[in-house]
Amino acid sequence: MASAPSSPQQIVDHLFRHESGKMIAVLTRIFGMHNLSLAEDVVQEAFLKAVQSWSFHKIPDNPAAWLMTVARNKALDIIRRQQHFQDLSGELAYHLQHTTESTVRQLFLDTEITDSQLRMIFACCHPSLKEEDQVALTLKTVSGFGPAEIARALVTNEAVIQKRLYRAKQFLKDHTIQLEIPSGQELIPRLETVYTVLYLLFNEGYNSLKTDELIRRDLCMEAMRLCLLLSEHKVGKQPATYALLSLMCLQASRFDSRIDNNNAIVLLQHQDRSAWNKDLINMGYHYLSQSSNGEQITVYHIESAIAAEHCLAPAFADTNWERMLLLYNLLLERKPMPVVWLNRAIVRAQLGETTAAIRDILQLPDIEKLLATHYIYSAVLGDLYLQASDSLHARKYLMQAHTLTPSQAERQLIQDKLRSLDN
Amino acid sequence: MKDFMFIFSNGSSAGNLSPDEMQDNMQQWFAWIEKLKAKNIYVAGEALIPGGKTVSGPKALVTDGPFAESKEVVGGFFIIKADSMEEATEIAKDCPDLPINGTVEVREVMKFDGM
Repeated sequence: MASAPSSPQQIVDHLFRHESGKMIAVLTRIFGMHNLSLAEDVVQEAFLKAVQSWSFHKIPDNPAAWLMTVARNKALDIIRRQQHFQDLSGELAYHLQHTTESTVRQLFLDTEITDSQLRMIFACCHPSLKEEDQVALTLKTVSGFGPAEIARALVTNEAVIQKRLYRAKQFLKDHTIQLEIPSGQELIPRLETVYTVLYLLFNEGYNSLKTDELIRRDLCMEAMRLCLLLSEHKVGKQPATYALLSLMCLQASRFDSRIDNNNAIVLLQHQDRSAWNKDLINMGYHYLSQSSNGEQITVYHIESAIAAEHCLAPAFADTNWERMLLLYNLLLERKPMPVVWLNRAIVRAQLGETTAAIRDILQLPDIEKLLATHYIYSAVLGDLYLQASDSLHARKYLMQAHTLTPSQAERQLIQDKLRSLDN
Repeated sequence: MKDFMFIFSNGSSAGNLSPDEMQDNMQQWFAWIEKLKAKNIYVAGEALIPGGKTVSGPKALVTDGPFAESKEVVGGFFIIKADSMEEATEIAKDCPDLPINGTVEVREVMKFDGM
């Protein structure tokens, strides 16, 4: 009776997560934004059914299509139950039901699914929502993350995420936000908020050292997946979309090289460049060249060009620092933020202008407050003083950074530098 | 060897799992069934569709339930082979739904071969 041992059945990683976003988008387009919870329930039911029937029997040949069909049939059931066709003549009832059902079936076609997903992204990134709510709602609704997973990814607790999700959903409901793709003059500013959210998602995954590697990688991959989705849709085929996608690819190519086996940070100058992901680098170059079709230069263009400079240099010493400085000057014009000044100072130091670099940082408005709250400013200052052989100031700022950093890996790195001062 | 029936009731937390966690749970079911098959102790198993009817009493009264009110719904069953109730119970402890508050009822199938 028992069959010969075989390997357990497998389905694609994150299939449920990705299908969840698609199903919720289509179902919400059918039921309306005010029924988002209903859409979520239908998706949950479809997954429960899949777990049950696939576990006991076998996985269907096309699991994604199977799930979509279950979702579609449940949607049709709900609509049939809600319509009161018996109040009408038989003829009209037939036509109404027939039209509704064919429209619903239409929405489950592949092209319409992508369209619905994009509408959902725009709704989740609604400019009236707080940034943190946009991020949480996008991860939940578009990306299929659970509240606990979002909390882990964003290094906060589940209750906080639940609150953000509740607030965001309530807003969409109260303001009868429609699931639509903005058009005309509205499109570009709306796209910009989408870029901001995707950029944030990616950076959370890329930079936050406080959380585990697995979820951070998921976050970066998810930001890239959504950006790709955007770039493949007619409204998203914009130079800025390609620039952002390029930036993500180039940054992600170094994902595995930034941390060693002991979870310690590996600085750019010490990274094994041969381990950088070539496929991602090439994709990055590809999208960067696509991003140049147009008049528009965005911050994503410049940041991507900076990332490309690093990838182009065979070794750290070969980095074209003059070009890098020009790029940072351009970036400063569009994004005059302390963190850009900070990075520009590092480039100046590489060009031998260490004293000027230190002065640039110390002249930042509110530098005292920045130094007191963000470890990165004291860490960089400490480093620059180290390069300038001013061990007194180097020690002062490195000690401060050591106290402030939330990251064990970063603390380790600073400790090593402090130890080098003793020798 | 004797036959045992495992009757699975859905975990009350199953509805709160994220898509990824559900997929992970399913993967564990695949692996468990595969393991039992590899040991040649898996006889059969079926999943049950939620909901159903109960027919009771001399008048054959038909009701919906007890499923409607009950949180724990029987989701399926296995028949497996084991030497004793203790051994069967040990095997049941691998059920992937236990961490999400599921239950497994372990029952021995009565044999009438001595008749």
